[in-house]
Amino acid sequence: MLCQICGKNPATVHFTEIHDNKMSEIHVCERCAEEKGMAASASQHKFEIADLLAGMVDAMTRTDEERVGHVQCPRCGLQYSSFKETGRLGCSECYTAFQFQLRPLLRRIHGDTKHRGKTPTHGSAGAERSRQIQRLHDDLQRAVEREDFESAASIRDQVRKLEAELQAERAAAHGAEHSS
Amino acid sequence: MSAPRDFAELFSTTSPWLQGSGPNSEMVLSTRVRLARNLSEVPFTHRAREEQLYGVLASVSAAAQSSPAFSDGLLLRMNECTPIERQVLVERHLVSHELGDGARPRGILIAGDQRLSLMINEEDHLRLQSLTPGFQLAEAWSLADQADDQLNQSLEFAFSEEIGYLTSCPTNAGTGLRASVLIHLPALVLLEEIQRVLKSIMQVGLNVRGLYGEHSEVMGNLFQISNQTTLGRSERDSIDSLERVTRQIIETEERARERMMRDARVQIEDKVWRAYGTLRYCRSIHAREVINLCSAVRLGVAMELPGLCPLRTLNELLVLTQPAHLQRIHGSELSPADRNIVRAQLVRERLAAAEHGTGTNP
Repeated sequence: MLCQICGKNPATVHFTEIHDNKMSEIHVCERCAEEKGMAASASQHKFEIADLLAGMVDAMTRTDEERVGHVQCPRCGLQYSSFKETGRLGCSECYTAFQFQLRPLLRRIHGDTKHRGKTPTHGSAGAERSRQIQRLHDDLQRAVEREDFESAASIRDQVRKLEAELQAERAAAHGAEHSS
Repeated sequence: MSAPRDFAELFSTTSPWLQGSGPNSEMVLSTRVRLARNLSEVPFTHRAREEQLYGVLASVSAAAQSSPAFSDGLLLRMNECTPIERQVLVERHLVSHELGDGARPRGILIAGDQRLSLMINEEDHLRLQSLTPGFQLAEAWSLADQADDQLNQSLEFAFSEEIGYLTSCPTNAGTGLRASVLIHLPALVLLEEIQRVLKSIMQVGLNVRGLYGEHSEVMGNLFQISNQTTLGRSERDSIDSLERVTRQIIETEERARERMMRDARVQIEDKVWRAYGTLRYCRSIHAREVINLCSAVRLGVAMELPGLCPLRTLNELLVLTQPAHLQRIHGSELSPADRNIVRAQLVRERLAAAEHGTGTNP
């Protein structure tokens, strides 16, 4: 039997793939198998999920495609047409911005649209602290963008200080845990 | 086992999921639970600016390292790892292919006992994973659930009352949960009953994949079975249904093994020992062949044929004979042909050590 990819070398590697709920046998030569690799099949899969989603969305919105495609998330700026291409939403706000399009899609994927699992155990001082680090990183980026290196340096120092504090707290907590 | 302090120490230890212990470990290699979470304030990974991702990496790793679950955790930044180190993490099932590509600010935090890990800036900001040996879904869920609560003490996750945890891909929205078992089904494959079993697994809303996750090939009669949907049912519900179906599959495989041993004992024993002989004396061998031959030996061990190696050795070979592990052990890059030679040597040595009861770490 010859390799199904190059058609030149004898097929010495035989494996089974599951795709669309079907198992299929694939016979290739060692060289093509190496070249194909696991990474290749993983990235290939990403496109397939996007295709799948895009296909589902297509079937539902064909009539309003033009109009719906231009719906945009006010927070991250993602257009609905772009979600259709990639199968990836841009931010948590996209779920609200595209809710009318997403609801039937979620129903198609999950057979349901209502969450019945756990809910967050909302945070504390720690949540505020991590938001603070995040905000400083945003400020740092903006300072660098406007070439305000003096501010950038000062923000960077704040970030380092905050992270060092967290580190120290962590060490203290760790020590306490061990001595108790 | 003490907590690894750097990559080298991590590499020299055996991942807990390879230990060959835990309930039903002769058939179920490992149980995994993964939770997808995002920070509410930041765009999802693929839409976030690089600086925002550095912020996520910093704030999430700081929050996690101050939680009990990850207090002795090892943080590895993907851009500071060599390609081989990143691939080692993929081969150990600690890191996904996506995280393992090394571009952008990404990292993995591995808890001291290596049963819990946290990928940062994968498709979602957080991918929390518990990976335990054998068939123990309740334990794996409990580990991940508690760590999730701890992380939530200091991180605000993107969540809506209606849809639940909000994820980059709508296929994970809701619980963000993916629970899976890695199960060895040689008898069902040999008796050509596997298609029927896989079909019924898929009909009850579960998913089947190969050894290395999404769209990876089926090798060595190893199947990953996982829940497919994340919206409309609780985590407990999803876990319970996977548990029930897995128990049924275990029983079906056990019955098939009994039938096989009753009707064709000599042929099966012959297959097992030929596989062992090839592994024990080969001079050049492909990774896929190792996995397939190990499958036959694993069946022999499960059927309690005397004189074979322990399950742990087989599990370790599954990972140690992968390309990146081999090259890391060997200390340099190797061509595929040279890998086959080095791999054969490693397999022979490991089996010899197991025969003499002197198993060692890499």
